[in-house]
Amino acid sequence: MKTATIYNILLVITTTVLALGAEAAEITVLQQDKSFVKDGEQIEVLTVKAGDTINFQNDDPFFHNVFCLSDLETFDLGSYPKGESKPVKFDKPGVVEVECAIHPQMYMEVTVE
Amino acid sequence: MIEKLEFRAAKTLAVASSLFLVALLSPSFVAAKDMGPTAEDVEKYRRPMEIPQPKNNRMTPERIELGKVLFFDPRLSGSNFISCATCHNPALGWSDGQPTAVGHGMEVLGRSTPTILNTAYQRFQFWDGRARTLEKQALGPIEAEGEMFQALDDLIDELKAIPGYEDMFEHAYPGEGVSKKTIAKAISSFERSVVATESPFDRWLKGVKGAMNDSAIRGFQVFKGKANCVACHDGFNFSDNGFHNIGLPDNKDQGRFSIKPIKVLKGAFKTPTLRDVALTAPYMHNGQFNTLMEVVEHYNRGGDKNMGNLDPNMKKLGLSKKEKKDLVEFLHALIGDPQEVTVPTLPVKK
Ligand code: HEC
Ligand code: HEC
Ligand SMILES: [Cu+2]
Repeated sequence: MKTATIYNILLVITTTVLALGAEAAEITVLQQDKSFVKDGEQIEVLTVKAGDTINFQNDDPFFHNVFCLSDLETFDLGSYPKGESKPVKFDKPGVVEVECAIHPQMYMEVTVE
Repeated sequence: MIEKLEFRAAKTLAVASSLFLVALLSPSFVAAKDMGPTAEDVEKYRRPMEIPQPKNNRMTPERIELGKVLFFDPRLSGSNFISCATCHNPALGWSDGQPTAVGHGMEVLGRSTPTILNTAYQRFQFWDGRARTLEKQALGPIEAEGEMFQALDDLIDELKAIPGYEDMFEHAYPGEGVSKKTIAKAISSFERSVVATESPFDRWLKGVKGAMNDSAIRGFQVFKGKANCVACHDGFNFSDNGFHNIGLPDNKDQGRFSIKPIKVLKGAFKTPTLRDVALTAPYMHNGQFNTLMEVVEHYNRGGDKNMGNLDPNMKKLGLSKKEKKDLVEFLHALIGDPQEVTVPTLPVKK
């Protein structure tokens, strides 16, 4: 009885951990040549799952910003230099526009499923 | 004997290598050699062959000509006294030589008149980027109370009453008539035709020896290197199409922030082109600097305190007197060959 409970708790914990691991992905998006780049390719649209985190990593020798002023999400990551990365977790399903305020040509639509 | 020879060889080697060292350390070493541009320079700064143009407003000679006539026509203003060219004067690098613009009723406006040179390549128009395209920009100054103060509906009637205009519109935009749309499109077509001509820098990029003087060549190295001007003035048009607060004294103009309320944009303005910049003093959106040397001194100080929002790319540069002079010399090497601009004869009423 006792071992069964412990076993059950353990099971719950492992499945949650596994579920989290499987569901919540960490995605790296580079800020490169004044555009958003994923896996070596310039992107303007990106689809993620609710709960996923995008790490915006500056790969240019000057500062970038990332902000979002949608109904769904609002954030402003300030400005940061080459090598630095800032995470944003996307929780609510929908479509949000992500942009660099310094270089507005850097623009991306994130669809959260 | 052998020993002596060896000694002499060593001595020559020592002298030669110390000469080499002196040459290396002397700042004029690179320039004296004029090693020419790197492959990366050519790739990055070469002028494009094509002018970008929207699908629904391709440039044709008729459209450019009509746009030019409109651009030079003071009847586009309420006073019939001010044309676009009053402020964007081709004799003054398509600007006006004033710290800030002077408009309708001699009113002094809050911002300086930018050049229209290479606006075809800009992703945003105005100091704060509030218009995305030239078409969206063109009607603004006609209506603006401070600029030309002319109601557009009245203007359309006025233009329709001039037969020459009716014809020109018909040739440029067959069947579309004289309208806000066609006025904006024609003016934009003309503006797109105003592009920078070949400068000494462009010839140097092509490998023409002596195209830029040594000082300008050194200035280009400072521009890319120690002064890091390229963090913002990058590419053939010397603009990142971005918005930065470069630490001009607070003049209450929040710039891009009033369009997009993001903190980094407080007091941020669009990075302007540097082509022909030596022709368009005074400088900055508020016209506060009279010479390029004053501009360089500003950057050398790392900018002045401003709204606590200085762009982090702005730093004290520690440039020597020579480096500053070289930078200014380089900016002068960005002046394109003189372009003859003919003033059109305006159509009149019968
Ligand atoms: C009274 C002077 C004045 C007149 C007349 C005028 N402008 Fe301007 N122009 C300005 C000023 C000042 C600005 C910058 C305003 C700002 O950024 O808020 C400007 C900005 C522009 C820009 C944007 C350039 C850039 O680099 O962002 C263009 C293009 C332009 N004007 C075209 C025109 C056209 C076309 C006309 C005629 C229909 C015209 N202007 C009439 C003063 C003038
Ligand atoms: C942080 C970005 C940034 C850096 C670095 C930078 N600039 Fe600028 N530059 C700008 C912006 C933005 C403006 C317009 C600012 C304003 O009017 O508020 C400007 C304006 C200018 C102007 C005036 C242009 C005009 O038409 O009025 C000159 C000249 C100039 N910069 C030269 C330089 C030189 C030379 C360097 C290097 C020493 C440099 N800039 C470094 C962003 C930058
Ligand atoms: Cu950016």
